[in-house]
Amino acid sequence: MSEMKAIRIAYGEALAELGGKNDKVVVLDADLAHATQTAKFLDKYPERFFNCGIAEANMVSIAAGLSTQGFVPFASTFAMFGAGRAYEQVRNSVAYPNFNVKLAMTHAGICVGEDGGSHQSIEDIALMRVIPGMTVIVPCDANEARKAVFAAADLQGPVYLRFARCPSPILDMDMPFEIGKANVLNEGSDAVVFACGTMVPIALDAAKELEAEGIKLAVVNVHTIKPIDRETVLTYANKCKKVITFEEHSVIGGLGDAVSDVLMGQGSYSFKKLGVQDKFGQSGKPDELFAEYGLTKEDLIAAVKAL
Amino acid sequence: MNVKEMEKQCTIIRRDIINMLADAGSGHPGGSLSVVEIMVALYYGKMRTNSQNPKDPNRDLFLLSKGHAAPCQYAILGEMGYFDKAEFKNFRQLHSILQGHPDTKKCPGVEASTGSLGQGISIATGMALGAKTAKKDTQVYTILGDGECQEGQVWEASMFAANYKLDNLTVFLDHNGLQIDGTNDEVMSLGDIHAKFASFGYEVFEVDGHDIQAILDAVNTPVSGKPKMIIAKTVKGKGVSFMENQVNWHGAAPNEEQRAQALKELEV
Repeated sequence: MSEMKAIRIAYGEALAELGGKNDKVVVLDADLAHATQTAKFLDKYPERFFNCGIAEANMVSIAAGLSTQGFVPFASTFAMFGAGRAYEQVRNSVAYPNFNVKLAMTHAGICVGEDGGSHQSIEDIALMRVIPGMTVIVPCDANEARKAVFAAADLQGPVYLRFARCPSPILDMDMPFEIGKANVLNEGSDAVVFACGTMVPIALDAAKELEAEGIKLAVVNVHTIKPIDRETVLTYANKCKKVITFEEHSVIGGLGDAVSDVLMGQGSYSFKKLGVQDKFGQSGKPDELFAEYGLTKEDLIAAVKAL
Repeated sequence: MNVKEMEKQCTIIRRDIINMLADAGSGHPGGSLSVVEIMVALYYGKMRTNSQNPKDPNRDLFLLSKGHAAPCQYAILGEMGYFDKAEFKNFRQLHSILQGHPDTKKCPGVEASTGSLGQGISIATGMALGAKTAKKDTQVYTILGDGECQEGQVWEASMFAANYKLDNLTVFLDHNGLQIDGTNDEVMSLGDIHAKFASFGYEVFEVDGHDIQAILDAVNTPVSGKPKMIIAKTVKGKGVSFMENQVNWHGAAPNEEQRAQALKELEV
């Protein structure tokens, strides 16, 4: 059993570490510093932490203003509010002028759990992906979250970082991290699953089980949804011909659509998008919700066999 | 520039605005004409500017939160030499640096992209916070429209500016009383706007928004520990008789006949 750690906790730790290395990093939160874990930065660098109160729209535009003064703002709240409520501020205050703001949002997806559908953002990848110039990153475990935070800080321009709330496995592999470069975590030739975030460890488990049955499932960790790694997507789709996408997000507008956009017109593939099927979430334990919404190892195995 | 010279400059700016709008065939004359004295006072009488180096680290910052008044900002930036005045005729045209609303990626001297109402004041507030955090003496100025105050974000930003004691932030309210669908009171009453801003933590001033000396006096009154709000009573369409206080001149460009009439009234 792998060690478990919530991706958002790794975010908070990485942010505090980054704060020590880069004194231009400033952090904004909207009264959720303990949930988003930005409080770890606050503890070390209170003079560079700004609580905006429960006012996400203002927070995003404040971050835009701070960026013009040479700072690298990380603005955090729940994905529902940071990408949802403040969508137009992200679009017009930050992305339209191409300001150097990092939108680091936690509690994305349905593994928010008991708080229910009103707080489970299953649309944020779609919302952010559609904005010109926005980089969209979905780390799959605690280690990758740390690398993503540092890479985002080094990239000039707006970045959306998506972090999950619930504890998830830390992968027992040393993955490089380069924005826009997908990682092949398991080689295979019978089918390929392009996964992101919390679905990556589940995809690896499925691959292991399928291997015992003689089915070789390639697992590709697409941590950067935009710009997507076209080359790796095409290489593995062409090699395997059976393509599955796997994300804790609506099947509309997310990783699945990003992959299908790459493959459209490039060849003939069997294709299946696994994700939340155009429904809202609800209260429940994360594992119960993954089962309810078809995001389990068993769901993926069944999809591979059905293609 | 002294006040007399600034008053004369206002007429030049108004002529530029009329010409820009007439050439473009669209845009917002009413609210562009109502902010002329405020912006001329700031650009020619107060702010540290550098048209030859728009990113000069020692400059003060201006943001037009009511971005639809862009023609006034473009006129001033052009007259000050931030770009060639020949650009005026490209206002609102394809590939122009003079977009319908200010675009910082395209136009020198534009500090952020504004015009989506409510956001500019927040961005200006973030700039003021940034300057303070960097321990710089940068002063930040922005102009709100009165209709814009119906946006909730204006009040989020105001709460924030007071909370962080941003006394390097000066917000103007261009209070001409009109918005697209009618008067403020017909659309959504602002109530006692002075009391509202005061209760949100501003030091509030009220001035005749077409009196440059009064504007400068308010701007130069020291305030410590809180942001400044200057409610400028203005006339929408100021300076062009047939546009003054006419709601239908919010977002309509003058035709050739109207251009000629307006320019006749705006003799330098």
